[in-house]
Amino acid sequence: MAWQAIDRRTPVIPEDAEPVLSEALRERIRSFFPRYETKRAALLPALHVVQNALGHVSPQAMKEIAEVLGIPPSSVLDTMSFYTHFWDHPKGRKVIVACRSLSCNLTGAEAVLKAIKDELGIGEHETTPDGRYSLMTEECLAACDHGPCLLINEKLHKHVKPEHVRKLLDDPANDRISMERSDLFDGPSASAAEGPRNQRTKEPG
Amino acid sequence: MAKILVGMSTCGLSAGARDTYEELKKLLSDDSSHELTLTGCIGMCYREPLVEIRDNGTRTIYGDVDAGRAREIVDKHLANGTVIEDYAVYTEDASGRKGGAEEPFLTQQNRIVLRNCGVINPESIDEYTERGGYEATRRALTVMTPEQVVGEIKESGLRGRGGAGFPTGIKWSFAAGNDADQKYVVCNADEGDPGAFMDRSVLEGDPHAVLEGMIICGKAIGATFGYIYCRAEYPLAIARLEIAIEAARKKGYLGDDILGSGFDFDIKIKQGAGAFVCGEETALFASIEGERGMPRIRPPFPAEQGVWGKPTNNNNVETYANIPWIIVNGASAFRKYGTEKSPGTKVFALVGKIEKGGLAEVPMGTSIEELVFGIGGGIKDGGEFKPVQMGGPSGGCIPEHLKNTPVDFEHIPQTGAIMGSGGMVVLDATTCMVDIARFFLDFTQEESCGKCTCCRIGTKRMLETLERITTGEGNTEDIAHLQHLAQQIKQASLCGLGQTAPNPVLTTIDYYEDEYIAHISDKHCPAANCSALVSFNIDRDKCTGCTLCVRDCPVDAISGGKKQFHVIDQGKCVKCGKCITSCNFDAVYKA
Repeated sequence: MAWQAIDRRTPVIPEDAEPVLSEALRERIRSFFPRYETKRAALLPALHVVQNALGHVSPQAMKEIAEVLGIPPSSVLDTMSFYTHFWDHPKGRKVIVACRSLSCNLTGAEAVLKAIKDELGIGEHETTPDGRYSLMTEECLAACDHGPCLLINEKLHKHVKPEHVRKLLDDPANDRISMERSDLFDGPSASAAEGPRNQRTKEPG
Repeated sequence: MAKILVGMSTCGLSAGARDTYEELKKLLSDDSSHELTLTGCIGMCYREPLVEIRDNGTRTIYGDVDAGRAREIVDKHLANGTVIEDYAVYTEDASGRKGGAEEPFLTQQNRIVLRNCGVINPESIDEYTERGGYEATRRALTVMTPEQVVGEIKESGLRGRGGAGFPTGIKWSFAAGNDADQKYVVCNADEGDPGAFMDRSVLEGDPHAVLEGMIICGKAIGATFGYIYCRAEYPLAIARLEIAIEAARKKGYLGDDILGSGFDFDIKIKQGAGAFVCGEETALFASIEGERGMPRIRPPFPAEQGVWGKPTNNNNVETYANIPWIIVNGASAFRKYGTEKSPGTKVFALVGKIEKGGLAEVPMGTSIEELVFGIGGGIKDGGEFKPVQMGGPSGGCIPEHLKNTPVDFEHIPQTGAIMGSGGMVVLDATTCMVDIARFFLDFTQEESCGKCTCCRIGTKRMLETLERITTGEGNTEDIAHLQHLAQQIKQASLCGLGQTAPNPVLTTIDYYEDEYIAHISDKHCPAANCSALVSFNIDRDKCTGCTLCVRDCPVDAISGGKKQFHVIDQGKCVKCGKCITSCNFDAVYKA
């Protein structure tokens, strides 16, 4: 729900906290400046870049993004909390996005969502204790003729039945598309969501 | 030499096209006489993975091709030219004669927007230019004046395909007429309507057509920069766009002094972050600027003050994809399709309880019946047609008796629905119309940005009322209450989301008031869908006493031993529906 802050706790950041954005990340954010008339406009790309690199955007990261963009940290929080795509706490290495739209609902999406929740033991916008999976629902993933569908990181799964869920979750390659890539392509943006180890910072926008 | 194309858009890939492609690649690795390539969505999503063989002017499309069938195609079709009739879904011989099981699905369409989808490799700019790509850009930049470009688009009568149907040429002339040091071209690729996936297919199948449309628009209105605002949920579309933009830059179709015309234009992709309301243009601009995606009041319209207050032209993906075709073929050729006031074609996503779901591009003015029964093959599993839902959460339900309604910008609004971006969700007799209304209200109240009180709280109150009705707690004033709230939300909301949010409720009350009354007065759901209002029963004539449901019931509500009739204890039953799925004899029914 865009107008309801998901978490109303006021983040407390220790004064002596270590910076979390590397110089390379900061440079990456600055590289968006020429594209826009204001530095502020680089905020969404910056959030994508940081989330891709660090797995989530912590309050400390928000503060540092604010420094780079020259805007108040509250503005970063303000914008970030509007968009469901961003996480201010660690998310799983694989994010399952289940479609909750009408065409999937007609074909049994509710039962699939329940099967996933039962299998992982988590609810929406929660993460498994081992950090493997996070779960969320999203409006239409645009594979309506093949519902129920769900997206795991960048891979779309269609015609998912509750009985497929366990096998699907066990598949290590359930989160990436393996498409023919031309030389021009330097890696999909969503595959960078593997967690802190992955420092790839694919340009998102 | 035969050319083999494998459909590898999102729908193909998730049906297993990757394995099919790998198998063909392996089988053909020592054989240089055939060319293997990938292509975008051909629209027949219900028969994916699809493989097309083109040989000496003939075309054969095979459906449901797994690795085994891929081997058979290589052994029979490629080795000695035998068409395997069993799973050839479409054939065309050298004289142009067409056949195959799914031939009507394709031949009843007119493909302008989808002209290259499923035909070219979307990652190859050369294949696009071989099909006449960037010819329109060349003409618009080196032969035509900006006024001529705007004139041609005006003349074509093209109307915005995002849903509102505003004449594109007139929109362009507004932006062209406003002087500024900087103007912008924006492409709205934030397709979010439930049931709609036309734009994703175009972006994944023919990204260069969209780029061309934007370049031509840039020339026409005097803008040098464009943004494509694309949903983060479309990773493949973003990947293909990036490839396309890079390739266009290398070939000199983007960048400085395009084709020696002195015109500079460049495009960047802006990735969304999961907010439906950002499909509204002023919210989209706010999102580009790095703000919360909240709409603002209009006027000023984007043509005067758009992104950063600069004159901006914003069109939808499908609108831009029409532009190159119009520039090359001319406005009068475009007007040959469609109706007087809604010329051209429209791509529809046929989904829901339909036999052949997929993408279909037909002339404007085609009737709902032709789309659902002619192209879509009718209702799934021989079910009974109820309404089609058009326009997603902003639209409405068009009932069976209006199925002859021509689909265009004049006739659809008369039914209370809207054209929308082209999603058509077909519903059958098992769908409860009150529940459909509840479903869409649940959507809009989640996605309301919260700026306007009536939208934020009004949709919440409507949802609560609908929830009460579907759980049997409704009272007789509820219908009037819903209609009253609906009017207030429509009048007091700034943007399209709020102004249209009540439509699903209003149209279902208009056409299916008896269902609302049944829920409220009789505590009965005629479609046997609302679980609080149905009971599960076992048909004594069909029950064989196999005890499967007895064992599967999670709350031990079913009694009866082996070879005895089973009975459900209504007091214990939690209406989970497990017994229906477990019964092998269709003995369990809802009423």
